[in-house]
Amino acid sequence: MALLLALAITGITLVSTYFFAAKTWWLPPYISEYGDAYDKHFMLTMWICGIIFVAAQLSLAYTVFRYRRHSGRSEYSHGNNKLEALWTSAAAVLFLGLVIAGTHIWTQAHLQAAPPGALQIEVWGQQFTWYVRYPGPDGLFGRTRPEMMKESIGQPLGIDPDDPAGKDDLVMPIIAVPVNRPVEVILRSKDVIHSFYVRELRLKQDAVPGLENRLHFTASQVGRYEMPCAELCGLGHYQMRTFLQVMSEPDFEKWLVDSATP
Amino acid sequence: MSHAAGPAAVHHGAPTGFIRKYIFSMDHKVIGIQYWFLALAAVFVGMALSLYMRLRLAWPNDHFPLVAGEGPMTPETYLSLLTMHGTIMVFFVLTTAPQGGFGNSFLPIQIGAADMAFPFLNMMSFWITLLAFGVIIAAFFVTGGAPLGGWTGYPPLSALRSVPGQERGMDLWIISIALFCVAALLGALNFIATTIDLRTKGMTFMRMPLTCWAWFITAILGLLAFGVLLAGGILLLMDRIAGTSFFIPGGLVVNEQVVSHKGGSPLLWQHLFWFFGHPEVYIAILPGMGATSQILSTFARKPIFGYRAMVYAISGIGVLGFLVWGHHMFISGMSPYSAIAFSVLTLSIGVPSAIKTFNWIGTMWKGNIRFDSPMLYAIGFVSLFVSGGLSGIFLGQPSLDLYLHDTYFVVAHFHLVMGVAAIFGMFAGTVFWFPKMFGRMMSEGLSKLHFWITFLGVYAIFMPMHYIGIAGHMRRYADTSGVDYLQPMQPVHVFISIAAIITISAQLIFVLNVFWSMFRGKKASMNPWECTTLEWTVPSPPPHDNFGGKFPVVYHGPYEYSVPGAAKDYIMQDSPEKGAHA
Repeated sequence: MALLLALAITGITLVSTYFFAAKTWWLPPYISEYGDAYDKHFMLTMWICGIIFVAAQLSLAYTVFRYRRHSGRSEYSHGNNKLEALWTSAAAVLFLGLVIAGTHIWTQAHLQAAPPGALQIEVWGQQFTWYVRYPGPDGLFGRTRPEMMKESIGQPLGIDPDDPAGKDDLVMPIIAVPVNRPVEVILRSKDVIHSFYVRELRLKQDAVPGLENRLHFTASQVGRYEMPCAELCGLGHYQMRTFLQVMSEPDFEKWLVDSATP
Repeated sequence: MSHAAGPAAVHHGAPTGFIRKYIFSMDHKVIGIQYWFLALAAVFVGMALSLYMRLRLAWPNDHFPLVAGEGPMTPETYLSLLTMHGTIMVFFVLTTAPQGGFGNSFLPIQIGAADMAFPFLNMMSFWITLLAFGVIIAAFFVTGGAPLGGWTGYPPLSALRSVPGQERGMDLWIISIALFCVAALLGALNFIATTIDLRTKGMTFMRMPLTCWAWFITAILGLLAFGVLLAGGILLLMDRIAGTSFFIPGGLVVNEQVVSHKGGSPLLWQHLFWFFGHPEVYIAILPGMGATSQILSTFARKPIFGYRAMVYAISGIGVLGFLVWGHHMFISGMSPYSAIAFSVLTLSIGVPSAIKTFNWIGTMWKGNIRFDSPMLYAIGFVSLFVSGGLSGIFLGQPSLDLYLHDTYFVVAHFHLVMGVAAIFGMFAGTVFWFPKMFGRMMSEGLSKLHFWITFLGVYAIFMPMHYIGIAGHMRRYADTSGVDYLQPMQPVHVFISIAAIITISAQLIFVLNVFWSMFRGKKASMNPWECTTLEWTVPSPPPHDNFGGKFPVVYHGPYEYSVPGAAKDYIMQDSPEKGAHA
């Protein structure tokens, strides 16, 4: 039984570790300024946790096998304070060091403001679709009025016709952004909580009704990236998806103009 | 064995008649068994729900019998299953069996008391819990069906009546949780009073078995946490039925209609919920840690490694458990500065958790390990706790949570660490204490068979969820049809579902074992495992007042195994025999 258990624990450990190492299912290549730091810190955490995982499981397996039932008596010991202090401080240094080492990614994403000149867009969640608003040539978003939010008449965001800032606002079903230009996203929701998630950006942020949550990024690769809703929002949650379309600057300008023309 | 005058508090005579003895009983042992059976019933409901979820995830276009409707299962049905699975498992299994079941059964005996401090309150706790279970089950059968907002019940989704799928079932969900909170509060008071006041002569705090420490700290967590959830639940119910706006901000638009609420905050609910919800994780796991410590020491025939460190670690986990709720909310829009504080505190919990793991292995080191089935489950607990705990190192860091939040990586994490690890603690406790609870031994062969399938099975189910989580697979998705990049992960779902079907089926072995052993198992002696704590000094099962009207005197710490010079390889806590470490 001891041998079997030791082999089972060892086997589970090796098979589990293999699939982490093989990266059969893995993060897609990144396209934002957070990606490099994110992936490095992810791998650092993976290495540390992986080593602890393998070491802990294998010592468990070794212990149950090595000290399986024998004719003698167990050693009479109530522990060892020196060892206890050693692994307590080792764990503390390791874990706290790790969290501190990774904090700069969070700081960059959330404590630093978007760079000046960033393209501002609003991303609105509603059951079960996304709407994206561009401020138009004036750079200003018009006022929105909940009572005017009627998709049935083509006014999903209820932009107030009396507000001149809203005249040139553009509402689109996908997020198009120019490559290599900072973008600030203002996340809003019409009904329940949704969540903005683009894997390649290494970013996720909830869209909470009543709040304007912000995030910023610079996409560095032209392409089309899926953006599924990441917070349970009701029965259509699993199909609530749009795309982040990263375009060259000229393509983006053309897209804006084409989209604004009825 | 000598006896002391008992601590005052409990004076209720042995009941006569079936109803007072087995139904409305005030005997802690009967109440413990009632809680345990409630959890057994609940775990089968919860497991059946997960089975249907796994069927839908693997084969989304197939028709499955017994779930509402024709054709493939609807996404709203899937979300109802998910919501009810989480709720039933967290409250009626993970909170009910380890604390209400085993704690009730064995805390009084292990500290040398005749019963809990407040037997009537104890009876009320159980019956209110049972009522809460009845209410949550009723949610399946009302108009609109069971709620679909997840066990976390985030508003506005949970607060608005106009959202599809959130009708009367959601009201019943809240009422059930509120009732559960009341019962848990009564229970927590009782456990705390019992531990503080009813310890027998010589049973100092530092001679208490680690199980008692775990139940004691769990009770303190429960006392502080369930009150907050109760308040939150009442406010949420008011938002739904009384037109208040605690959690609903102004200007919401549902079906092109402006909602007539304003001024509330969805994040307020998240703070209240997780102020309860994170300690709840430890409410679920601490008793399992206690049972594991007790069993590892007993079956390795060796004192626990670092008893004091274990006590400090349990207490440390308890204190820190209240300071880390914000790590569930890193991406919610709360202050990004507080995220940094929460992350440092969260990673700090890794320290007492690491101490416990080291000490468990240290306990077995140079031991003489007997591989009876309680020991197998306890070793399984340690393995699962390590595997599930380490992914917390990723998720506790807000930087990494930016990508991993609400993916299957999270599902894998909490299922391993607070789900199956805690359930392995329950399996271990069941096989270990079964002889004391029912007077008969469980079948060793069936227990081992069940252990092997389940141990390999849960790893096969939950380990792959890490991989698809890393690949960015969101949780709470009814299927993968809506997102292109999820398509290549579908084979993983099929694999997980097959593993789940096998593992869930194997649980029938456990039930068969329980009921067969209850009536046909080998008669248990007073102390079949040669364990040192006080419950093994009385007959199996113990008499009504546990110690026959007398009270034991305790001379030793709880884990005096292999003491040099002792007559046997263990010294009972109430034995006057001199030990090396008395």
